[in-house]
Amino acid sequence: MNSRLFVLKVLVAALLMTLLGRLVVLQIPDAAQYERAATDNRTRSVVEPAPRGEVVDARGTPLVRNRTALVVSVSRSQLLGQPDDGKAVLNRLSDVVGVPAAELARQIRPCGGAVTQPCWRGSPYQPVPVAQYSATDAAGLRRVLRIEEHREDFPGVSSQYAAVRDYPAGTLAAHVLGYLGPISNDETGTEQYAGVQPSALVGRSGVEATYDEALRGRDGVERLLVDRVGSVTGSRGTTPPVPGSTLVLTLDAKAQQVAERALRTAVEKARTTEARGGRGLLRADSGSIVVMEAKTGRLVALASYPSYDPTVFVGGASPAQYAQLVDEDRGAPLVFRAVQGAYAPASTFKVISAAAAVGSGDYPLGGRYECPSVYGPTGQKNFDSAALGTIDLRTALVKSCDTIFYRFAYEQWLRDGGNRPVDKPRDPMVTLAKAFGLGERTGVDLPSERRGTIADRGYLQRLYDQTKTARCKGSSPVDREYCVDGNRFRGGDATNFAIGQGDTLVTPLQLATVYAAVANGGALLEPHVGRAVVAPDGVVSEIAPRVRARVPVDPNLLGFLRDALAGVTQPGGTAAAAFAGSPVDVAGKTGTGEVAGKQDTSWFASFAPVADPTLVVIGMVSQGGTGGTVAAPMVREVYDGLLGPGGVLPGGRLPAELPGSVLR
Amino acid sequence: MTATTLREPRRDSPLLRLDLVLALAVLALIGLGSILVWSATRQRQLDAGLDPQAFLRRHVVNAAIGLVIAAGVALVDRRSLQAYAPLVYLGSCAGLVAVLSPLGKTINGAHSWIVLGAGFQVQPSEFAKVALVLGTAMLLAESRDGPPGTREISMVLALSAVPIALVLLQPDLGTVLVLVFVVLVVLSLAGAPGRWLGGLLVAGVVVCAGAVQLGVLDTYQLNRFAAFADPTLDPRGVGYTTNQARIAIGSGGLTGKGLFQGTQTNGRFIPEQQTDFVFTVAGEELGLVGASALLALLGVVLWRGLRIASRAGDPFGRLVAGGIVGWWAFQSFVNVGMTLGIMPVTGLPLPFVSYGGSAMLANLCAVGLLQSVHLRGRE
Repeated sequence: MNSRLFVLKVLVAALLMTLLGRLVVLQIPDAAQYERAATDNRTRSVVEPAPRGEVVDARGTPLVRNRTALVVSVSRSQLLGQPDDGKAVLNRLSDVVGVPAAELARQIRPCGGAVTQPCWRGSPYQPVPVAQYSATDAAGLRRVLRIEEHREDFPGVSSQYAAVRDYPAGTLAAHVLGYLGPISNDETGTEQYAGVQPSALVGRSGVEATYDEALRGRDGVERLLVDRVGSVTGSRGTTPPVPGSTLVLTLDAKAQQVAERALRTAVEKARTTEARGGRGLLRADSGSIVVMEAKTGRLVALASYPSYDPTVFVGGASPAQYAQLVDEDRGAPLVFRAVQGAYAPASTFKVISAAAAVGSGDYPLGGRYECPSVYGPTGQKNFDSAALGTIDLRTALVKSCDTIFYRFAYEQWLRDGGNRPVDKPRDPMVTLAKAFGLGERTGVDLPSERRGTIADRGYLQRLYDQTKTARCKGSSPVDREYCVDGNRFRGGDATNFAIGQGDTLVTPLQLATVYAAVANGGALLEPHVGRAVVAPDGVVSEIAPRVRARVPVDPNLLGFLRDALAGVTQPGGTAAAAFAGSPVDVAGKTGTGEVAGKQDTSWFASFAPVADPTLVVIGMVSQGGTGGTVAAPMVREVYDGLLGPGGVLPGGRLPAELPGSVLR
Repeated sequence: MTATTLREPRRDSPLLRLDLVLALAVLALIGLGSILVWSATRQRQLDAGLDPQAFLRRHVVNAAIGLVIAAGVALVDRRSLQAYAPLVYLGSCAGLVAVLSPLGKTINGAHSWIVLGAGFQVQPSEFAKVALVLGTAMLLAESRDGPPGTREISMVLALSAVPIALVLLQPDLGTVLVLVFVVLVVLSLAGAPGRWLGGLLVAGVVVCAGAVQLGVLDTYQLNRFAAFADPTLDPRGVGYTTNQARIAIGSGGLTGKGLFQGTQTNGRFIPEQQTDFVFTVAGEELGLVGASALLALLGVVLWRGLRIASRAGDPFGRLVAGGIVGWWAFQSFVNVGMTLGIMPVTGLPLPFVSYGGSAMLANLCAVGLLQSVHLRGRE
C-alpha cells in the first residue's frame, strides 16, 4: 500500500506548491497594484469647496457674489438602509421644509435611464440638497433648528453652511450672468471639468458657463486615513482651496439698466398700440437691445425681454419653475434673445443689399433709380404701396424703398442665369451677407449662440433634400409644384433676400456686428462681454478685442452708407419722428419684418455719434409693429440715457482702466 | 517494555524518542500563529478600549493546554488507544447532537458551538475530525490481510455518515468536506479498491449538489461560492472579504510592511482576521518571506506526518497518521487558498495558526497521536 502513500505525498506537495506559486504571483508581480488598492482603501478625500469667483461690471459694480446659506441635504443611501426605506424620515422632513414627501423622494433619485427630472444628477453617494435658507432668514433657520434639535428623528438628513450665488443687482443682466447647476455624471472627470467634484455646481448658462473654469477655482482636498468603518485614523496632508477668479465684464450696469428699462417701456407701450392693418393690439411678446462699442466689440449692455429672476436657480429651480422659464406662452424668459433669438432682419439688411449692388459694379453709386409702388417682374409691392418716383440710392435707404432693391436683386439673379443658373453664380448679395458674418456665429463669449440662416441656393437645396419625400407625397398643388423644383433659387427668393425677408434670419448680436463694421470703417468684430479675469493672486488676464475679418466694401461706399443712415433719423427719414429733437446725432435703419402667422418684427439698427461712431445700438421687438414706431423710439431712449445730457456713458466709451476694486 | 528500558529510564525516556522535528515545527507554527493573532487583534482591541493582549493570552493558554494533552496522548499505548477510540467517537457524536439541541449556538453564521458557560465555548466538529480518523483507522486495521472488503468499507461508511450528516445539519460545509476527504484518504491508504474510491467521489458530488438543491445550505454559504466564481460580483458585500484579503497579501510584497504595521490589518478591513483569515496578517506584515516560511513550516509538519505514516509499525498507525496528514493538508490548502482567492470561502481555520481553542486542542491531540504512532513505530 506504499503506492497509495506515495500518491498522498505527491498530493500534499502539489497543494503546497500551488499555494506558494499563487503567493509569489500576488506578492511579486501584482504587489504594486495591490499596494495602490490598499492606499485607496484607507484614504478618503474630504473636499473643501473653493469659493466661486465674483462677477463685476466694467466699473467694478458687483453683479454676482456669494452669500452664506444653510443647506438641508438628504443621504439617499442612509434612507435606503432604514427598514421603511426612509419613508418616515421623508414625511417628517416634508413637514419641516414644506415640500411634499413624494416630491422629496423624486428629488433624491439618481437620474439616468427612465428616471427623468426631477432627479439627482450628482453622485448617488453624495447627500442631495433639498432645501436652503439664507443665513439672514430667521424663519428658515428655525426650520433647520427643528432638524438639528431632533437629530434622532432625522437619520440621513444633515444641514450645513454653504456658499450660494447672490445677485446684488437683482434681475439685472440675468441672461448675461447665467446660472449654476450640478455637474452631470457624464461630465464628471472630463477634461473640461477636471477636478470638479461629483454633484458640484458648475456654470450652466451665461458667463457662469463660458468663464466657468476661471470662476470655479480649485477645491481644496484633505486626504484622511480611515479604517474599514470609516473612522478617521490620521491625515495624509491637505491641499488648500484656490478661490475662483473675479470676472470683470465689459457690461456697464448703469447702461444695462437704461437698456432694460427702454426695452420694458417699449414693450409695454407697444401692447397698447394697434397693429398694422387692424389686426388688434400688438402682442410685443419679446425683444432685445444690444449696445456695443463700435470699434472694439465690447458689449456695453445686452437686454432681453422677458427676463427672469436668477435666484430661482439658487439651490436648484423646481421642475415647475423651469417649465415656466421655457414656456412659449409665457414668452420663454430663459431664452436670451440677443444671441439665441433669430429673426428676419427686414430693411436693416438693405445696407448689405445696397453695398452689394454698388460693389458688384452693376449699379453706380451716383445713379438714380425708379421707385414704383409695384415691381413689375415679380409683382412685389413697396411697403404701404407708396411710389417715390425716381430717386438716388441715399433716398432709397432713407425712405426705405423696397422696389429698387427688388430690381437690383432680380436683375442680378437674371445675370446669374435666372431659372437656369450658370455654373458659378455671383450672387453678390448672398456673398456679401456671408462676408458680414451672417449665417455664422459671432464668437461671442456666451453659450448657445445661434447661427441664424442665409436663405441662399444651398439653403434651398438642403431644405428640399430634407422635405421632398414628405412634400412629394402631398396632394395639394403647392406640394406638387414644390416636388418638381422646390430646390430652385427663384427670382422671388432673390428679391426677398434683398430686403431681408423670407427665411433669412439674424440674431440681434449679428446685426450689431454688421452695423459696427459699417460704423468703424469695415472691421467685423468679435463681440464679447468678458473684459478681464483677475486671479486671487492679482494676476490679470485681459480679454483683448478681436477683429474677425474686414468686410470687402470700399471705404467710400461705407462712408456713403453712414451718411445715408444718418438721414434716416432726419426729417423725411423713416425714423424721423422717433428722433425728433434728439440730443444725440444717430445714424440707423428701420426694419419691419413680416412673419407668417405673426405680427411684424420691429427693428432699429444704429450707431452714434454720426461724426465718429462709438456705440452701436440694435433694438428688436418681436410682434412689435413697424421699426419706426416701436424699435426706433426705444433705441432713442437708450441713446438719450447713455449719451444725452446726464447720460451714464458720456462719450460712448467704457472706462479704459480696470476697476480699482478688483485689483489687489 | 523490556527490562533494559526500566533500568535506564532516562536514556530511553519517550520524550527523547519523540519526533523532535515535528515537535519543533509545531511549536514554531504555534509561536508564529500567536504573533499573527496578536497583530490581528491588537489594534481592534485598542480601538474598543480593551486589553490588546487578550486574544494573545487566550491563544497561548489554549496552546499550552493543547500541548499537555498532546503529551498525554503521545504516551497512551496502542491498546488503550483502540479501547478509547469508540468512546472518542461516541463522545464527539454526542457533542454534535448537542450542537443541534438548544445548547447549540450560532457564531458567524455557523451553528457549530456549545456554550459551556463562563465564556467557554466548544466546537465539537473540530473533535469529530480526530474521532473520525481514529474510528475509521480502527475499523480498517482489523482486517489484517489484504485490502478491505465490502463489509469493512460499508461499516466505515456507516460510521462516517453519522458525524458527517450531523455537521451538514449545522450546516458547516467546510468541515463536511474535511471529513469526507479524511475518510477517502484513510480508505485509500487501507487499500480500498479504486472503484470504491471513484464511486465515493461521485456520491460526494451528488450529495453536495443535492444539499444545494434541497436548500440545506444557507444562502450565505451559496453566496460565498458565487462570490468565489466572480469576485467582482459584489465588492461591498460577499466578495468584500476575499477582495480585502487579497489586497492585504498582495500589498505585503516581498518583505511585508513590518509586524503591527499592516494598514489592512490595523484598519480592520478584514473581518474575523484572527481566525479564518490569519494568513493575511502574515502576507501583509511579513511579506513573501514570512508567508512562505509559514507554508514551509506547514510543509515540515506534513512531511513528518507522512514519514511517520510510512514508518508506522502497524496498519492502524499508518492509517491514523495518513488520515491526520490528509486532514491538515486539505484544511491548510482550503484556508490559505481562500485568502489567496483560489478557493471559495468555507470557514476553515489554519491548523496551529488560527485563533480558536477547539481547533487548537483537536490539532494538538492529532500531534499527540502522530507522536504515539512514531514512538511505537520501532517496537
